[in-house]
Amino acid sequence: MTLPPNLQSQLEDLELYPDRADRIEALIAIGEEFRNPNRTEFPREESCRVPGCESEAFVGWNAAGELAIAIDNPQGISAMAMAQILLQGVRGATVEQVRAIPDDIIYTIFGRELSMGKSMGLTGMVRMVKQEFAKTA
Amino acid sequence: MSVAAPTPVSSSIDARGYAHPTALVSTEWVAEHKDDANVRLVESNEDPLLYAMGHIPGAVEIDWTRDLNDPLVRDYLDKDGFEALVKRNGITPETTVVFYGDKNNWWATYAAWVFHLFGHENTKIMDGGRIKWLNEGRQLTKEVPSYPESEYVAPARDDHKYRAFRDEVLAHLKTAGKLVDVRSRQEFDGTRLHMEAYPNEGALRGGHIPGAKNVPWAKAVNPETGEFLPASDLKALYEEANGLNQGDDVVVYCRIGERSSHTWYVLKYLLGYDKVRNYDGSWTEWGNLVGVPVER
Repeated sequence: MTLPPNLQSQLEDLELYPDRADRIEALIAIGEEFRNPNRTEFPREESCRVPGCESEAFVGWNAAGELAIAIDNPQGISAMAMAQILLQGVRGATVEQVRAIPDDIIYTIFGRELSMGKSMGLTGMVRMVKQEFAKTA
Repeated sequence: MSVAAPTPVSSSIDARGYAHPTALVSTEWVAEHKDDANVRLVESNEDPLLYAMGHIPGAVEIDWTRDLNDPLVRDYLDKDGFEALVKRNGITPETTVVFYGDKNNWWATYAAWVFHLFGHENTKIMDGGRIKWLNEGRQLTKEVPSYPESEYVAPARDDHKYRAFRDEVLAHLKTAGKLVDVRSRQEFDGTRLHMEAYPNEGALRGGHIPGAKNVPWAKAVNPETGEFLPASDLKALYEEANGLNQGDDVVVYCRIGERSSHTWYVLKYLLGYDKVRNYDGSWTEWGNLVGVPVER
């Protein structure tokens, strides 16, 4: 099963940074591109809360019917980077392509040196995006 | 027994009544001393991107997975690894190492605890951690400092004083030694086998070590400021509500020993307990051991 083309492209871009420090800089740059939707654009319903994410992450759909991710923790830079990768990555993708995203893609992106808590928060975000797309099938 | 609501935290560490107030420093102290030659600031975070986003000028990063743990065996770095770590960060045996980080200094206290295993006890924690420094609008930099390699001959890691292994915990049980389980209430009760909202990570049994008192680690911190509670509130929490006494031999544990290092720091330095050990095998070991007693 193929990944969403935009996501695949982003992963290939990140492969250009095998050095840990360079990868971190690249991920920070991605995270800084993330724009947190305000509560009018994307209300934070409890049903949209990402389980296990301590960065107060919410995944759902905005009024325009577009995938929306909110990160209500200004220090949650890893969560913002993951959100930005997902938002860009699934754009134009089919449900099947989104379902093909492996839950452990976070390790491809961030490396294995993640704590249990961080791993579960980021994985939870990936799973919720997949679940939201699955609902549209 | 219920615990009274925390009293407002004084801005003065000296006024909080800690047993060893010099083990905790304020952001103001760090701002004044960050350039001292005998002081090294160390940022230790859970989020691997935070340090690179900006840190206190002069601070080096020590990462809990990459720098403190053996990559293969479930254990901490050895003497050679520790020496290499401190040398490349310009730390000598005389250096005062000031740790700070995200998550209410959870990972900072963990790093400090590992330093203690090598006898480097000249450590301090920056009260309130990274978020307090940020909220005060203090300077951050992305510049990674470089220090000349230092001379440091470390002793062999001493696991006796501050670390407990499972056989020692079993022996501790037989003598009715005090245990503090710093996990969430649900983990302690056995209704969850993992941190709240986190999936099962492999413990086959839920519950706690018999006799352990449940004091979730973050209760030692003012949730609004990130600062440690005054000694009076800490005593109400650990002693009045949970029966600990300063002379007790205490073993603390959580899931893998990281949260409990925070409580280890609180008991040892803020309340002055002389005999506190961190059982880093914690529930991921105990909850899988065959035949050990479990209580719910």
